[in-house]
Parts: sequence; structure tokens; C-alpha cells
Amino acid sequence: MTTSPSDPRTAPADLAVVGAGPAGLAAAVTAASLGLTVTLLDAGARPGGQYYRHPDPALGATRPQALHHDWAAFADREAELRAHERAGRVRYLTEHQVWSVTGSGTDWSVHSRTDDAAGEPVRARAVLLATGAYERQLPFPGWTLPGVVGAGGAQAMFKSGLVLPGRRVVVAGSGPLLLAVAASLAAAGARVPAVVEAAGYGPYVRHTGTLLRNPAKLAEGALYGGALLRHQVRPLLRHAVVEAHGTDRVEAVTVARLDRDWRPVPGTGRRVPCDALAVGHGLVPELSLATALGCATRTAADGTAALVLTPGLRTSVPGVWAAGETGGVGGAQLALAEGEIAARTVAGRAVPASLARRRDRLRAFADAMGAAHRPGAGWTGWLRDGTAVCRCEEVPAGRVREAVEELGATDARTVKLLTRAGMGWCQGRMCGPAVAALAGGETVADRRPLACPVRLGQLAELPAD
Amino acid sequence: MPNRHSPDVVIIGAGVVGAACAYYAARSGLTVAVVDRGPVAGGTTGAGEGNLLVSDKEAGPELDLALLSTRLWRDLSATLPPETEYEPKGGLVVAPDEPALKALRAFAEGQRAAGVTATEVPADRLADLEPHLAPGLAGGFHYPQDAQVQPAQAAARLLAASGAALHLGEEVTAILRGPTGAVRGVRTGRRELLAPAVVNAAGTWGGEIARLAGVHLPVLPRRGFVLVTEPLPRIVRHKVYAADYIADVASGSAALQSSAVVEGTPGGPVLIGATRERVGFDRSLSTEALRRLAAQAARLFPVLADVQVLRAYHGFRPYLPDHLPAIGPDPRVPGLHHACGHEGAGIGLAPATGVLLAAALTGAEPPLDPAPFRPERDHGPADVPTQEQQS
Repeated sequence: MTTSPSDPRTAPADLAVVGAGPAGLAAAVTAASLGLTVTLLDAGARPGGQYYRHPDPALGATRPQALHHDWAAFADREAELRAHERAGRVRYLTEHQVWSVTGSGTDWSVHSRTDDAAGEPVRARAVLLATGAYERQLPFPGWTLPGVVGAGGAQAMFKSGLVLPGRRVVVAGSGPLLLAVAASLAAAGARVPAVVEAAGYGPYVRHTGTLLRNPAKLAEGALYGGALLRHQVRPLLRHAVVEAHGTDRVEAVTVARLDRDWRPVPGTGRRVPCDALAVGHGLVPELSLATALGCATRTAADGTAALVLTPGLRTSVPGVWAAGETGGVGGAQLALAEGEIAARTVAGRAVPASLARRRDRLRAFADAMGAAHRPGAGWTGWLRDGTAVCRCEEVPAGRVREAVEELGATDARTVKLLTRAGMGWCQGRMCGPAVAALAGGETVADRRPLACPVRLGQLAELPAD
Repeated sequence: MPNRHSPDVVIIGAGVVGAACAYYAARSGLTVAVVDRGPVAGGTTGAGEGNLLVSDKEAGPELDLALLSTRLWRDLSATLPPETEYEPKGGLVVAPDEPALKALRAFAEGQRAAGVTATEVPADRLADLEPHLAPGLAGGFHYPQDAQVQPAQAAARLLAASGAALHLGEEVTAILRGPTGAVRGVRTGRRELLAPAVVNAAGTWGGEIARLAGVHLPVLPRRGFVLVTEPLPRIVRHKVYAADYIADVASGSAALQSSAVVEGTPGGPVLIGATRERVGFDRSLSTEALRRLAAQAARLFPVLADVQVLRAYHGFRPYLPDHLPAIGPDPRVPGLHHACGHEGAGIGLAPATGVLLAAALTGAEPPLDPAPFRPERDHGPADVPTQEQQS
């Protein structure tokens, strides 16, 4: 692929990168350093995505690196990005939310919106999707009470606003993020009466080799573990918060033991007082743009849908690459490595063997973690018929069960058609995993031809064919 | 392996047409099995808006079918649960200028003769019906018989009420024929369902099912996109669309071309749909289709320009080249019946189709002449794939 010399505003870029988180940022700077013209689009005001979050400037925080153990890796790339931007090799469009990518082969249009207007579509010869992930939520009675927040959301609130969700915060769900969140909260002065992890750590033992090949990850775990021990927080394994109590706000949670399939064991519930609950079950790849393009998906080790990718990170659609969480949730270090690999193959360059090995190692680690924390089928046992599953459309579990058991819904899409679950503002990002589990169908990637809401007037003003 | 209790009829397709066939066949005393390779309402039904329209049909066999269906849907609404969301909200067709209004008047005249209620609404009274309509329209017609149901619910509730045995997620791999050539059932990936009658209600796959039975039925897909806005207070009360007058200079005849239908829903979102494109089973997003829908909606209701579109979806309408469905027995294969090719009107035409089919299955007197819908008729030349303006 060659560099195009003309005005970046009219000429197609060699590469459009969607998302300026770790994967997209690494891809953009790598591609630019290899001589490609790059347009980088991102919904945020600053690079870093959901992971590298900047404290709000108004807070005057001087050491964001204190919140991230590998801030330097990010800061280096941000500096590179700014240099490429100044040199005109990268056009960086902040606060541009991409709602669709259309085209084929080497002729792509990236349609985005800003707060007040539809941008002209960005033209590019290749597209790299680095759209990241969002939090997987498994509902339970009381999860809509104020004071119940996503674990990732709690972390994000803390990183960008330095605010705590409460003073006495139970951390629950499943996945490595729980320990990080608990450690951050404890270090910031919150009491963490319990860290409740639904998985056992038994599955880790089967992957000891993978863990040992990832010393950085071990160190990271030890770091959190140490921090938690200092604050006398010990994870409670094979347990879950099966109900949150309170009237105006969460006042306590019921924690119960789970069997191997995550079914709550009757009679094991006990009440833990708290004024906030941070709960999360890992992340779900954001694939709306990819599935609308027809990119093939697979079921990842953690049970979510992820893109099918070649070692060079091509999707099944020629001209479309992907990196980071879109290919399976794996964290920031993997995303950085994949962004670099994808950019290299877009540019037609070889991938250094050491980089490929590093990527494979991190991916294997991610798969091991994903398998360990994959929700067991029995978790729906803690849903009562009245428990809201879809918050946007206020659809309770009972109506989803009726659609499945009595009305012939055999998959999440039909449940949606029959109950409206997943038709609201979040377009099923919140309730999707729960509806799929209740429908008993296989994991399928959601199809959302519009990746985000668009003002009708903006659509009306699209250039005519 | 044959079931111990073989049904009287196997219906292929758990969309709204198959569901209505099951419902009326069961009411005629037949035992019914319904088989579908997907879930209930997994095809065109699930992608539909639930239009029960008479306003958009010119006088002729399809309008007769629609009028019968309108009465049947009203009866059904008294028996089916409220989740079916039957709403006799009425339609409002507006004309942007005098020539269009004149054409609309002539169109409505023909419809009236066929039994449609159509009331002219002068320009200065349009706001009484739709306060948010754009100013400057020449006038319009109110069609009180236009109505709406929630399509997936309608199919599911009709099926549940039919008591039919459901075999979902089972693809039909063969139509079984006896030594005389008559059908004797179907084979799926999991079982053989033996029955003396098989109904092809497979929608866009109707042509494939016909092929399995050894006959030709040229069912083709026509893509449509629908836009769905954020939930809003009720700002659109009827099914509203614009009729434009298109003079066909070559033939000297006149044709009406209509815009996307804009309507509110009980859930709050406004639906805007749908485009009509003959592009095969292409699932890629057409920004041109979205642009047209959005522009047409904003022209009718300027207030919608600032509303957020939450989602867009597409479906494929099953159509036959002469734009009439195939309903009834196929004389080429004894025991084979068809109920498919309803294009974008399947929700509206489903009950009348079910009644016609049940009559054919039991030998009862049909409520209207089924001859125009004979499956073996000459369907005319196939259309050339193209993008069309129009809904």
C-alpha cells in the first residue's frame, strides 16, 4: 500500500482506524510510522479509550500514572500520535462516534457523528476496527437500585473523576477486574467488606503453564493481591451476590454460595451491609460495526462473541482488519501488541517474530482467564420472574421466560421481537448476555446496523447516491 | 419415523401467514403441525412493521383480500391477548400538491367502489388529525380501516391459540411423495411428519420449498429498511405517508408513488419504513436507503429531524413477479398447498389467507374467489434487480 500525497480532507486515507484505545492508538502510530496516511476516529475527547482514562482536567490531578501500572506505554504512543498529527500523517478526529462503515475492497466510507452534526464520511482504502468492549452484566434482584454500579464503571468513575461509588463497597461478579477495582477502592479509602468471585480459581491451575509464561500478569495479580491483603480484603470464591436490598438505595446484599454451574446453593445466603455494590462479569467485545459489515464471529473462551481473525488480524471481510478486544477480550497489553501487528499487515510489512510470540502468549493467557470466568449456565437461577432483565424497556425475566417457554422464541432475537428486551437506548448491550442465556440459544453477535444513535436530520442530509 | 398421531396438515413456516393458516385450519377441525427452520416470526414477519393497510391497495383481488383480513383482524383482536397490540388507528395519505391530490381522489374513488372507507381531508383540516404535519400540503385522505398489530406477537399468539404442534429449529429437507405423486408429509433434520396435506408458508424461502416438491414458484426477495426512533410521546397518531403523482409519459397513464409510512407505536418509538429494493439477499447497510427514509419522514413531520434514530433494520419481502400471493392447492402436486408471496403485506393479508387455505383443505365454500391467487398461474416476467424509489 502506498502513501497518498494529496489533501487528507478529500483524498482517501490509506487506513481508517476506528477507536483510539490501546489497540487503535498503537495501530495508528505504527501505520503512520510505516508511511501510511491514517485517519483515526474516536468518540472520546482524548486518546486512551476505556482503559487509559485521563482524570478530568478540572480535578487538577497531576499523576494519572498512579492509576495505571503501565501508563508509560500509553504516554509514549500518545506522544507519537501528536507528532504524526503535526506532521500531517495522522488525521485524528476526536468526539466522532462512528455509526456505520460501508463499502468494500479498497473503497470504504466511515460515517460518524459529532454532538451537533454528521461529519462527511471519511474515505479510506482499508479499515481497522478497534472498537473495544463494554461490561458484561448479569442481572439479579435489586440490580437496578441506586448504588449498584458496574465494576468497570466504578473503575472508570474513579480514574476520570476520582470519585468513589460509596464508602462501604461490595465488589462482586467474576474476572480479574474485580481485584483491581477492589484494590483501587481500598487504596482510595473505601471499605470493601467483601470481594465476591463467582468462579473458583481451580481452573487457573490447569493453565499454570500459561500463567508462568506471563510473568507481567502474575506480577499484576500479586500487586492487587498484596494491596488487598494490606486492606484485609480476601476474595470469596464460588460465591455471588444474588440480591441487593434497599428502598431508595442499596443497603445490603445477599451473598450465596454457588455450585459448579453457578447455581445458588439454597440456604447459604447471608446478608452483607454496604452502601454500594460494584458488580461486573468481564467484558463483551463491541462488534456492531463489524457484524454490520458481515465479519465472521466465533464464540470466545469467555462465552462472548468475538471476531474470527487471521494471525495478521484480518477479518473475514477483505479490506477490514481488527485488533484488541474485538478479537476476544484480552486487556490493554494484548491490544497494544495487536494494534501494532494489524498496522504492519495493513502496510504489507512482516510481523517481527517476537511481537507475534508476545501476542500469542497474551492471547493464550486471555483465553485461560476467559474460560475460568465464563458464567456457568446455572446463574439464571438467581433471577426471579419479576427481576428486570432489560432496564431500558423494563422487561422482567418472567416475560422473557414466557417468550421462550410458551411463544416459540428459540433465540435472543425472537425474545427481543416478542418482549422488546434489547430495543431501548443501549440496544441490548446491557441485557444481551442475560437474554441469550434465558433463551438457551448459542452465543451470536448482535447485529446493529446503526452502531450508535444518529439524529434523523443527519441521516436525511447524507450525500445522495 | 412417523409420529404416532399424524396431523391432518403440516404447515412449513412459523411466520404470521403460517400461523394464520394453522389457526384457521385448527378452527376448521384439523390437527396441525407447524415446522420452521428457525424460531417463530424469524423471517419477514419479525422484520415487519405490522401494517394492516387497505389505503395503499388499488381496487382488485389484493384489496378484496385486505378488506376481508381487516374484518378478520378485528374479530381476532377480541380473542387474542392484548400483547398483540391491535390498534385500529387509521391511515392518512397526504398529497403534496394539487396534481397528486387529484390522482389520490381518483385512486380513492376506485377503492370506495370496492368497499373501502376513504374520506377526503382538506388542507386546513389535516392538523386536526396530525398536529405535527408539515404545512403546505394540498390535502389528503383518511382511511379509518388501516390498522396495526405487533407482528411477532401476532404470529406467536395465533400459533399458541391454534394448538398446533410446533417443530422449531427444524429445516425441511424433503417433501415426501407417495407412489401416485401426492404428498404424504415432510422430512426434517429430526423426523418425518406424515400428513395428507402440506402447506408452503415459507415466505422468502417459498420458492425453495416448491422446488423440493418438484414445482416452480418464482418467489423473490425484496429488501426493505426500517428506521426506529427513540421513544417519544405520541406525536404521530395515524399511519401517515405521502402520495406523489408520477406521470408516466410513455404510456400516458398515471401511477401513484408513495413515501415511507411514518407511525407511532404503543412502545413510544416512531417507525419509518420501508424502502423497496430488489437486490437479492444483500444484508449490507444502504446509507442511501436510510437517507431516503429519513428525508421523507422529515418532510412529512419536520419535528422528527431532531429526533434520534436508535436503530435500523432490514427484512426481505417475498414477492411473486405479478405482485399477488400464491394461495391454495397446487394442481401439479396433489396435497401441496401454497400460502406465500405476500410481499410487504403478509401481516395484513394473513387471516384472509388462512381462511382461504382452511376452506381449500376442508372443501368448504371460500369467502371470496381464490382464482386470482392460483399458485400455478402465469406469474409474468421476473423483475430485473434494481433500486427503486418508493415504498
